[in-house]
Amino acid sequence: MNASEPAARTPLVELRGISKTYGGVHAVEDVSFGIAPASTHALVGENGAGKSTLVKILTGVVSPDTGTVLVEGEPRSVGSPSAAHRLGIVAMYQDPTVFEDLTVAENVFAGRYPRRRGLVVDWKAMRREASRLLEEIGADFAPDAPVRGLSVADRQLIEIAKALSSSARLLIMDEPTAALSLQEVDNLFAVVRRLHDRGVSVIFISHRLEEVSEIADTVTILRDGRHVETRPAARLPHAEMIRLMVGRPLDALFPKEEAEIGEAVLRAEGLTRRGVFSDISFEVRRGEIVGLAGFVGSGRTEVARCIFGIDKLDAGRLWIEGRPFTPRSPRAALRRGLAYLPEDRLRQGLVQPMSIERNTSMAVLPEISPAGILRPRRERWLARSFMERLSIKATAPTQVVRSLSGGNQQKVVLSKWLAAQPRILILDEPTHGVDVGTKADVHRTISNLATQGLAILLISSELLEILGMADRVLVIREGRLVGELSREAATQEAIVQAAAGVRAAP
Amino acid sequence: MNLGSRMVGANTLAQAAFRLREAGIFIALAVAVLFFWARADNFMTVSNWQNIATDVAIVAVLAVGQTMVVLTRNIDLSVGSIVGLTAYISSDTLAKHQGLPLGAVVLIAVAIGLGLGLVNGLLVTVGRIPAIIATIGTLAIYRGLLFEITNGKNVLAFQLPERFLDLAAKKPLGLPTLAWIALVVGVIGAAFLRWSPWGRDFYAVGSNPDAARFAGIPVGRRVMSAFMISGGLAGLAGFMFAARFASVDAVAGTNLEFDAVTAVVIGGVNVFGGSGTVLGAVLGAVLVATIQDGFTLLKLSEFWKIFFNGTAIVVAVTIDALVTQRLQEALRRRRRAEIVAAREQAGATAREREVPT
Repeated sequence: MNASEPAARTPLVELRGISKTYGGVHAVEDVSFGIAPASTHALVGENGAGKSTLVKILTGVVSPDTGTVLVEGEPRSVGSPSAAHRLGIVAMYQDPTVFEDLTVAENVFAGRYPRRRGLVVDWKAMRREASRLLEEIGADFAPDAPVRGLSVADRQLIEIAKALSSSARLLIMDEPTAALSLQEVDNLFAVVRRLHDRGVSVIFISHRLEEVSEIADTVTILRDGRHVETRPAARLPHAEMIRLMVGRPLDALFPKEEAEIGEAVLRAEGLTRRGVFSDISFEVRRGEIVGLAGFVGSGRTEVARCIFGIDKLDAGRLWIEGRPFTPRSPRAALRRGLAYLPEDRLRQGLVQPMSIERNTSMAVLPEISPAGILRPRRERWLARSFMERLSIKATAPTQVVRSLSGGNQQKVVLSKWLAAQPRILILDEPTHGVDVGTKADVHRTISNLATQGLAILLISSELLEILGMADRVLVIREGRLVGELSREAATQEAIVQAAAGVRAAP
Repeated sequence: MNLGSRMVGANTLAQAAFRLREAGIFIALAVAVLFFWARADNFMTVSNWQNIATDVAIVAVLAVGQTMVVLTRNIDLSVGSIVGLTAYISSDTLAKHQGLPLGAVVLIAVAIGLGLGLVNGLLVTVGRIPAIIATIGTLAIYRGLLFEITNGKNVLAFQLPERFLDLAAKKPLGLPTLAWIALVVGVIGAAFLRWSPWGRDFYAVGSNPDAARFAGIPVGRRVMSAFMISGGLAGLAGFMFAARFASVDAVAGTNLEFDAVTAVVIGGVNVFGGSGTVLGAVLGAVLVATIQDGFTLLKLSEFWKIFFNGTAIVVAVTIDALVTQRLQEALRRRRRAEIVAAREQAGATAREREVPT
């Protein structure tokens, strides 16, 4: 790959001296870089580094205060989303753009249905066109398929087909891989490469640096709204990338502290939920972090949900501190000292419009309500103590959760569960969509909780996270436990091999 | 690659579920018909069916309009009051201007309905008031307006020209004129939803308003137009109401919004927007009218009629929710199985990610 060459050609899209302030605060300041035709340009930086502002400027959602956008060397005004569209700049949003009730073809052409005699929807042409586009990007579902039954990865392919049908030349993918399995990420990348053959460029935004290295030709790093570096990906090792992003060296990441590992707190034997997972046995000890690795959809989350009593187990037994435990409901699980931090923290974990203190106290209201009367002062004290313990950055316990950053929201979810004083903590993708700096912070918190004697089951798609945090790694594939690796034996290769079923794990 | 065949199973599954939904109404209708046939003497007569057809006509026209509104994830509760207003104005106008062509009266009624629908649409789109609140407000406002206009007076049958009353009495090809009107409205409504880009937009808007906005669909204008269609059709229904009942007073059309919503919900139009058909809504209207007629013939009290309508709504929505959920699960399972199969086919060529740093 001649990743160092593209700069020589006229960029497809170029930003020159772009600045944007919101209420006196610089969201981006004097950012300039170019995106080569038929290439993937990664945009990396911590949350708040200015990535989303740049995306909004490119897609015409907001206008820059100063600076110019050039398309193929010509200065252009991207004043509105439709103007961006006309210039061929299209953003692929995660979720809001699919119509679950409609078919794939209708989704691709919504708002721009092909017409017969300019009047009526030409269903035949619509199906034919959609079918052609789907084939072109290698999607294996039919244009008539109802979107309701399709996976997140499938839906992204629909988004791409949609962009192609409107002859996009620059496709912006904002965290497209956040909810994908490794396999699906591979497919997506294959599609991205195919887009290059058509001359389409891609702006790729991700917190997963391995992916950035794999797919990007060029990487632009932003920090605090400023442009730090644009360099061919091949000449930008991870350590360097992280250093440029956060302005501090690599060893600040994954600060695992050694915890004293005690007796088994949670023991599972032969857990089975028909059609989902079967015969899962393991134990988690005091002070231990056990990583649960596997592809998305392998049954990891489902195991956690069953242990927590959200879904029903068909077979299997559980013990908490040696005493049998039947997971009947989340309430019962909480009472036995088991807490579960769900994957989708924003939807399942928090009430967004409520304050930190209200969210923190949610699971322990009876405890702070003697005689059934809530004591606001205890509630506030509870919130304060966790804000301090987990170093949550907020102005006051009364601050609304919605206004917090992703990492801080994650910590509020943690506080909520920790308030119940659990002995076992199940964390499902605790750093999903969290930027690098905050990630380290969340990791530090998790590690710290283990030293305090909690038994932690850590579910994660990020191998580096598992490798960095876990004392032991369990690998699950298609609903079966296929490997158990000690901290010493756990390597990326070993985990991927077990998860993909290439070869029996040791 | 055999693109088509892979998802064929899933498609037929989805289609079967929808057909099942309409078949369900047919079965319910058949059961009701058999029941009343056995129990009520005059049920299976031509004149009773013509009666039912006339009853259905008004509700069906309202249901077509309501379908459009519900598809966009809204609801129009003001239609009963619009029917009352336009019914009174239609007959009052005819009583005062005996020679006025009926077509002109229809235009007046529909125009008033469009205007009132526009008000609803503005409240919902510009005023950002939830449709259920906005239209419950206008339901009261429009009704109040009617009380003010009528001022306690009635328009009575003898004041109206013969040719107007004939509309409800005449039965070309055995079908009452009003039913013919409803049929035409139904066909046009169905074609509009199926074939016009505008009608397709209703589905998109109701399925996911944010996504519709991203796709460049003028969401506000579409919602507004749905309310106007519903209002305009309510105006037409008001004209039909006047022709049918001849005597119109200030409470005319009360509770018709309830019948329209019942028809739409029983007919399988998703109350959360995004799916449903005119055919289903009209079938729903037929089912409701048939059962109401049967109850009347059996001399059942008003309680049972209302009780049945209420129960039907709850049951229909529950069934729909269950079917949607099951369908989604079935489709997802199928898709997962497909992906697993594809993965196995691709061979166990797991990619080894390079480990940088």
